[in-house]
Amino acid sequence: MSTQDTTTSTAKAKPAPRAKLTDTLELDTRLLGMIGAFILVTVVFNVLTDGRFLTPRNIFNLTIQTVSVAIMATGMVFVIVTRHIDLSVGALLATCSAVMAMMQTAWLPQLLGLPLGHPLIPWLAIGAGLVTGALIGAFQGYLTGYLLIPAFIVTLGGLLVWRNAAWYLTNGQTIGPLDPTFQMFGGINGTLGEFWSWVIGIIATLAAMGALWAKRRDKIRHDFPVKPIWAEITLGAIIAGAILGFIAILNSYQIPAARLSRQFEARGEVMPEGYTAAYGLPISVLLLIVVAVVMTVVARKTRLGRYIFATGGNPQAAELSGINTRLLTVKVFAIMGALCAISAVVASARLTNHSNDIGTLDELRVIAAAVIGGTALAGGIGTIYGAILGALIMQSLQSGMAMVGVDAPLQNIVVGSVLVLAVLIDIIYRRRTGKG
Amino acid sequence: MQPLVEMRNISIAFGGVQAVDDVSIDLYPGEVVGLLGHNGAGKSTLIKILSGAYRADSGEILIDGKKAIINSPRDARAHNIETIHQTLALADNLPAPANLFLGRELRTMFGFLDDSRMESETRKIMARLNPNFKKVAEPVSALSGGQRQSVAIARAVYFNARILIMDEPTAALGVHETKMVADLIMELKAQGLGIFLISHDTREMMSLCDRVSVMKNGQLIGTERVEDVTEDDILSMIIMGKKAEKAA
Repeated sequence: MSTQDTTTSTAKAKPAPRAKLTDTLELDTRLLGMIGAFILVTVVFNVLTDGRFLTPRNIFNLTIQTVSVAIMATGMVFVIVTRHIDLSVGALLATCSAVMAMMQTAWLPQLLGLPLGHPLIPWLAIGAGLVTGALIGAFQGYLTGYLLIPAFIVTLGGLLVWRNAAWYLTNGQTIGPLDPTFQMFGGINGTLGEFWSWVIGIIATLAAMGALWAKRRDKIRHDFPVKPIWAEITLGAIIAGAILGFIAILNSYQIPAARLSRQFEARGEVMPEGYTAAYGLPISVLLLIVVAVVMTVVARKTRLGRYIFATGGNPQAAELSGINTRLLTVKVFAIMGALCAISAVVASARLTNHSNDIGTLDELRVIAAAVIGGTALAGGIGTIYGAILGALIMQSLQSGMAMVGVDAPLQNIVVGSVLVLAVLIDIIYRRRTGKG
Repeated sequence: MQPLVEMRNISIAFGGVQAVDDVSIDLYPGEVVGLLGHNGAGKSTLIKILSGAYRADSGEILIDGKKAIINSPRDARAHNIETIHQTLALADNLPAPANLFLGRELRTMFGFLDDSRMESETRKIMARLNPNFKKVAEPVSALSGGQRQSVAIARAVYFNARILIMDEPTAALGVHETKMVADLIMELKAQGLGIFLISHDTREMMSLCDRVSVMKNGQLIGTERVEDVTEDDILSMIIMGKKAEKAA
């Protein structure tokens, strides 16, 4: 009897089971899982390629190859969260790209009389592309939301229509070279250099720290529980390390000496002996980061984002709460269209011209990126950072296998299998944790 | 006294089925009116016309004696009509505060969602309605039936409703939670709200309501004060579709 008493009293005296580290840090375990998968993929390929995979040069190339798909994947999250799908993104990218290429090389110079190389040309072209993308997206959203044609059908039709609308606009020709300023959005032709990359990195770090701090203060103000200060500092250190580490890697990719001396020659100067310069952060990657931040803010901090997720979770409930779900569908597809246009800028600038097959099969890559990133096709669940990570994982697999020398058909077999496996793992994870 | 709500000669048909056929009911401040009838009698449809989910084919709605146009849930909310739907109408993927304020989010001065204030308001009202409610940050799919119900109720009560529609509010609840809802109805009634209550449970209706209206096949059979009739009278109205013969 007495022994029993002691056991119960010691059991009571014991402190509550220590919270798991991930809980204390308030980290999303699913995000950790994806980061883990990404790290695994990169490390395996690094071993298989004898260290060629994780060089600054390859990391630089990997990021600029990911940008176009990743930008569209952030929009696909909204589309899939509202229980729709967009199969037309690759074709829409082609139409936007065609419009922008024709603006630069034909319409603006011939119709408006702006000489080639006029400083306004790239911006007017980008503006026209954005309007085209948003309008076509809104139109497809109207067909889906108001006329109630399933998005699958609308965008399957759109896939054929817009791919060939682009063909008509350009007569099937490759249009180029594109404006030099426009080409700066493509990746290697537009980088910030060492100094400005550090500036951006430091600003981003400070902004992230500021956001963490503001969140904590806000919680204290409302008497909500906050995490211990050490957890906050650890999290801050991880974020700062990631941002600045990424910048350091990009800054250690040196511009080849031959290319540098050509740049000096072009300016009529002679390259000083021993002069070096690094590429730094590509403008296209900066564009992706801006898109990611804006889309995340929209998703989490605006009514539009709240309604997108509510409608995905329960369309009837959203309607009964006075949400105009039809107009919401139009908005979601319009955002998707505008993002296709931004991706079209990056994709065509990277190629330095518009080609007829630009963006072919991108719809599959974009949907796969969103889904690998944890967006549920049943609707209501998905994150922007997840989709970007998904795009990065896909691109790493693809370029890693190419580097290792895996046969082309086998590459696609692996990517396809990974997609299905990722969704299976996600389903099992959700069932275990009871989340979603 | 001026009725809070009058629904006059309301009719609505769905593809040839007359779901509600020339029904008139009214509701006074501080009164609970029960709607009774079999499944498919038209109770929920009638009430969805008032809450803006359906638009009546004919008939009119008066609020405080003035004609009101209710074409959408937003219009209904503008008239301080709040509804607790039978399905609860919760977005399962969102936590309680997001559901409570859905369509009426609190925002910061920059126009962004003020999640902290919404969470803090949710904690306050839940402390009053259901002190056991703790899972404020979890998606409502992780909550029990009773907790989900209290989120739906909190949503209706928070925004100073004058007219409350409760469609089967206790159907999914245990004994203890049913009692809580009954107490809440009495409290709100004392505050002067008018409440339309839909339920299958005749006994519960007799104890909670001031008047009951019985519907069958889309038509109103009759409206009675509960003290004037017995439970059997009501049951025969529901089943036979005839007014009780008081003399008999």
